[in-house]
Amino acid sequence: MLAARLMPCLLMKRGALVKTVQFKTPVYVGDPVNAVRIFNEKEVDELILLDITATTERHNIDFETLEKLTSECFMPICYGGGVRTIDDMRRLYALGIEKISLSAAAIERPALVTEAATEFGNQAIVVTLDVKKNLWGKYSVRTHGGSVDTRRHPVDLAREMEAAGAGEILVNAIDRDGTWSGFDLKLLREISASVRVPVIACGGAGTLPDVRGAVREGGASAVAIGSMAVFQGKDLGVLIKFPSREQQDALFE
Amino acid sequence: MIHVVDYGTGNVGSVLNMIRKVGGEARASGDPGELSRATKLLLPGVGSFDNAVQKLGKLGLPDLLRDKAREGVPLLGICLGMQLLSDGSEEGVLPGLGLIPGRVSRFSFGQEWPDLKIPHMGWNRVRRCKTHPLLNGLDENSRFYFVHSYHYQCQDEADVLLETTHGYDFTSGVQRENVMGVQFHPEKSHRYGMQLMRNFVEI
Repeated sequence: MLAARLMPCLLMKRGALVKTVQFKTPVYVGDPVNAVRIFNEKEVDELILLDITATTERHNIDFETLEKLTSECFMPICYGGGVRTIDDMRRLYALGIEKISLSAAAIERPALVTEAATEFGNQAIVVTLDVKKNLWGKYSVRTHGGSVDTRRHPVDLAREMEAAGAGEILVNAIDRDGTWSGFDLKLLREISASVRVPVIACGGAGTLPDVRGAVREGGASAVAIGSMAVFQGKDLGVLIKFPSREQQDALFE
Repeated sequence: MIHVVDYGTGNVGSVLNMIRKVGGEARASGDPGELSRATKLLLPGVGSFDNAVQKLGKLGLPDLLRDKAREGVPLLGICLGMQLLSDGSEEGVLPGLGLIPGRVSRFSFGQEWPDLKIPHMGWNRVRRCKTHPLLNGLDENSRFYFVHSYHYQCQDEADVLLETTHGYDFTSGVQRENVMGVQFHPEKSHRYGMQLMRNFVEI
């Protein structure tokens, strides 16, 4: 049977590997090329790499670093950050990136998702929804590192993005990011129940039972872990690590 | 030397990376002149069936690939590249290469597995249906990365090389004489993929 996928979600900022809390205060955790090499040796299912300032600071995609990452990496890699055109995507796929995550560009212009899916296939296009709760507890999707409120409900946008051709939806709960406090299961359930494509849960993983919960209770097909993969523990030092294959098998049995 | 058919679809970069990693020599080409001299061929592919058939057609490659296969040149199709070995697919209207008789159908779960997602995306195991050098060193614990919504249905059971379960059992590998295909992505399947690719290099 198909196993639920577990993957590290790594954040890049101007060529450095960082980790945020609720999308703020990025802390330096190392060199992305080195980290990806370690995760490759650990034979992780897949890997997500997001450049968190490429859109906000409008800088170019760091193709040079990405090329170094992919040449010795034998697992699927999803890249997101600053991707706005089909040409950008073509260059990324040529480097050996399997999947491209679109966020701001897709929400502003869903036709981009359709064009990309037609050219590269749905499986190559992930739409990332960064979701935040407002003061009244209502969800809305944000872009540009959480600073721009689209005032769109994540369920509506997830459906729209699936219809446009997205092959997967990455749901990132801003309030849970870096908090080790568990996933927003209500949010995950709402979204996974409304789309047929796989949902990747991100934001809040602190323990292995959290990870299982995202799949069992949240309905996610895949789980991304950030802090858990780069820190020894909450408020502890940097340590690149990942649950072993046996631990993962036991989780999703 | 393995020639990786570069027809504007498929992750040629990853495939070249892995062949080189396991000690093989590889070159990407979409040029019929060069490909006609190939002694081993790998056909990658992602995206939609008809789009791929059209792109192969534009480069004049379908007849060339059929001729090479008939000459006995080892040919390995990966993912959509495997599906292209068939007679045709439910996904499109154009004919496939017709090298291993069969058709490609979409996963269809109905009421029995309402929660199963399409595409079948992620890591899954394979069961061998016959012995073949491409499978040397692989066992029932070998895991491969899949991403697809359609699967091969061989006309002749003897052509089924591998089977995988997603809801029901489907054909995840095919082989007839020198023509082989795998539905998963060996180039993205860590050491299991490396083993399979090394086997292909040595065939």
